[in-house]
Amino acid sequence: MKKLHGLDSTDVSSDPLMPSQALLLVSVLLAASALRTAAAPHPETNRNSSNETHKAKKAFPVLDLDFQRVRTPFKISLLVMFGSAMKMGFHFFPGLSSVVPESCLHICAGLGLGGFMRLFGKDVPPVMNPDVFFLFLLPPIILDAGYFLPVRPFVQNLGTILTFAVVGTLWNAFFVGGLLYAVCKFGAGLPLQLLPCLLFGSIVSAVDPVAVLAVFEEIHINELLHILVFGESLLNDAVTMVLYHLFEEFAGAGTVTALDGFLGVISFFVVALGGLFVGAVYGILAALITRFTAHMRVVEPLFVFAASYGAYLTAEIFHLSGIMALISCAVVMKPYVEANISQKSHTTIKYFLKMWSGVSETLIFMFLGVATGAGKNLSWNTAFIMTTLVLCLIARFMGVFGLTPLINRFRIVKLTNKDQLIIAYGGLRGAIAFSLGFLLDGDHFPNKDLFLTAILAVIFFTVFLQGTTIKPLVEFLAVRKKQETKRTINEEIHQEYVDYLLTGVEDICGRHGDHYWMEKLSRFNERYLKRFLIAGYSGEENQLLTFIQKREMKQAIERVENGGRSRLPSAAPSTVSTRNIQPQVPAEEPGVSTENRDKVEAMLVSNLRKIRQRRQSYSRHTLPDDPFDEDVRDAWLSKRVRWKDPTVSFSADTPFSGRAAARASGSQAQSTAPIPDNQVTVQVQVHRSINPRQSPDPVEPPQSPDPVTLLNELKKEEEDEYEYAFDYDDDDDDD
Amino acid sequence: MGASQTRSEHPSYRDLSDKTGFSLEQITNLHKRFKQLSGDSETISRENLNSIPALTDNPIKKQIIDAFFDKRNQHKGEVGTYGEIGFEEFLMVMSHFRPPSLKTSEEEKKAMRKEKLRFLFNMHDSDSDGMINLEEYRKVVEELLSKSGNIDLEAAKAIADAAMLEVASTSMPDMAPDYFYEGITFEHFEQILSGLEMESRMHIRFLDVDTVTMRCDKKQ
Repeated sequence: MKKLHGLDSTDVSSDPLMPSQALLLVSVLLAASALRTAAAPHPETNRNSSNETHKAKKAFPVLDLDFQRVRTPFKISLLVMFGSAMKMGFHFFPGLSSVVPESCLHICAGLGLGGFMRLFGKDVPPVMNPDVFFLFLLPPIILDAGYFLPVRPFVQNLGTILTFAVVGTLWNAFFVGGLLYAVCKFGAGLPLQLLPCLLFGSIVSAVDPVAVLAVFEEIHINELLHILVFGESLLNDAVTMVLYHLFEEFAGAGTVTALDGFLGVISFFVVALGGLFVGAVYGILAALITRFTAHMRVVEPLFVFAASYGAYLTAEIFHLSGIMALISCAVVMKPYVEANISQKSHTTIKYFLKMWSGVSETLIFMFLGVATGAGKNLSWNTAFIMTTLVLCLIARFMGVFGLTPLINRFRIVKLTNKDQLIIAYGGLRGAIAFSLGFLLDGDHFPNKDLFLTAILAVIFFTVFLQGTTIKPLVEFLAVRKKQETKRTINEEIHQEYVDYLLTGVEDICGRHGDHYWMEKLSRFNERYLKRFLIAGYSGEENQLLTFIQKREMKQAIERVENGGRSRLPSAAPSTVSTRNIQPQVPAEEPGVSTENRDKVEAMLVSNLRKIRQRRQSYSRHTLPDDPFDEDVRDAWLSKRVRWKDPTVSFSADTPFSGRAAARASGSQAQSTAPIPDNQVTVQVQVHRSINPRQSPDPVEPPQSPDPVTLLNELKKEEEDEYEYAFDYDDDDDDD
Repeated sequence: MGASQTRSEHPSYRDLSDKTGFSLEQITNLHKRFKQLSGDSETISRENLNSIPALTDNPIKKQIIDAFFDKRNQHKGEVGTYGEIGFEEFLMVMSHFRPPSLKTSEEEKKAMRKEKLRFLFNMHDSDSDGMINLEEYRKVVEELLSKSGNIDLEAAKAIADAAMLEVASTSMPDMAPDYFYEGITFEHFEQILSGLEMESRMHIRFLDVDTVTMRCDKKQ
């Protein structure tokens, strides 16, 4: 099969425009090939005709046809386009897409496609087989999830997550498998052995990360519940793998001894910890490599992807948990890589991850639909399927509600009944279960078709029914939603303050509490890891300062965007200004004439608006339209905006952190976005002495903008749309 | 077990439990720790707390220790500081860090949040005038940043100013240009930090079993 080319090109510009360009390219290719196919009635005949040309001289074939060669990639591209078009298309029906989760719609599309294909007697395309799923479709989604995993809540709730993942899944597997066997033995009369039943139980009991992501993304539930269910779906991979292999191995043999059970337990630890270890190694590797990529920025995203994929594949070689490897690689790698790579690389990585995972998700659900619609290897047995469904539900609810009292004993913030209900209800099954079922050997498991059908039924039930009704359920129970408002400075200050406070109190209490270990870890991180893995890291960075820097950017951007009427994150425009808190300081106007100011304002506004409009806003497959968006942050690094109060604004641009060092040294453009009177904005330039050659400039009074320079730069802006080239295209390579 | 013995020696354990909400086992453990810190005397001084080695790296060490000796945290309506505190005062301060339980009702949670925010407020409001003025807030940010080596005083000032402005504009958006916003009142403080949900955030784990793992270095 020809290597897939389209989406992972390492185009020089690492242009975030790639996705749409790629689609454009593909559609052009399609159009071209459509033209060619139109010429001939049947792909096969060409072969014969080309053979015959050797015998009798024909006219030179002006238009030729060779479909076989490109068949598979062609079908893949078609499917990808179809899937992406579906994805977009659903948003033209806002009524539908707000009620039914996207995944359902994708499945339906797949069903249609599958039925369509069955009608024409064609085979399911070769793309839908477990290898493709596990090797190509699953990794992007997991990587995307892992790279953007909120680590702090994840680690804080790790105990809970692990309990649900391990104990919960085990319980589910044995409960479903065991009872199914009992029911079949004494009831429906299906000749099922115990081991196949247990195997089936273990396949069908794992909560699926893809399905959970797809559904939970749309209900915007509070962070705790989201991370609990999602974390569980990630970590239960190890359990599922071990159980699957265990039962599969011994289903042939027919019996499982105690020794095998014991080995299984050991195997679990090996699988889980091994996966984590492999991922961590690759993560450190990637971080280390990116330390030296200052002169070769364009390959940075590639290292990230390659390292992660390498981790996944390596884990798969040894039958370790690939998902856990991928997650640990992403989590380990992220802080260091983020500090090392350029802004554009960061954007590229973000875009590519979102794009790949979006496409993958669409394809996965579509293929589920196709597999069902084409319906080759399905055999329906009402009793079995109904029993499975009921047992799965019961097992899930019993598991969650049974485990929570135990968990709550060790939790500080307990899980309420509402929380438990949502966790239980959110246990969706998905494509992993199906693929695992598909992988079963038909000889060892004569009931494979039955299993597959049941798995599909469970998937459909959970995704359709539970997926659709979870949103109203959340509304009905008034579960806390995700906090949408942006962080304020005060919150950020106090978050850090409270952390230190709690650590201190724990020390006074004489306990090595959670905060103690977090402190230790972060100190280790600062002292050793960061120095080793981050380019140009010399001092300690402060979370609060980083936050303030980002915020400054955001405010500058917002002010320009709104044409000079900036807003505070949480409040309506207010009349408060520095005069209100520092009466002794006379408020000075910068020396800017009004017309200049207006002119400049207008230009800035129109430019930024043009650029901003290209962002769409649907689900998680858009980059969050957030102020920390690096593209625009880049734009403003050189255009420091000053505050009109001379005593409070200050020092010239000095390197913020390793990766910004390059840019800062190059750009000296001074400009002021005009500030109307009552603005509540702060600009904080933070002094960092990373490069001793750059000494901090003294505090400068506000300067009038140089309209000419400003306008010139803005004209450049217009030319490079997404590029934000300005004057530091070259500077990117310095360090 | 030892618990029953201690209980008869200190009949006020039950009173303390009622007052602070700790369980008897937790109080026993904390008393053990108290004895350790105080060197078996009845009271703790600032030096006792200062000498805890783990606290040396904490940027807000002084504020934390001061909080223990702050009369406002005793909820008796008094203002000022103690020179030394007894076990009851120690426990009162610790009770601010109790987590909500499953049975805590919504009103109790709200009260808890208020109490914890009040504790924080007192930590910032060093002159006890009921307001956090700009100077005090600047100090807070300075201390917070003091851990990362280079204290950029300008940066700290600007951050504090920005934070003040934020509070001012959120709480009183229609302030007249001449109005002097003296300081953050407790109501404004509550408002601006309502998003952090202090009752679920500001707590440590008080176990029922004895897990005092750290000993004080010096023999006292």
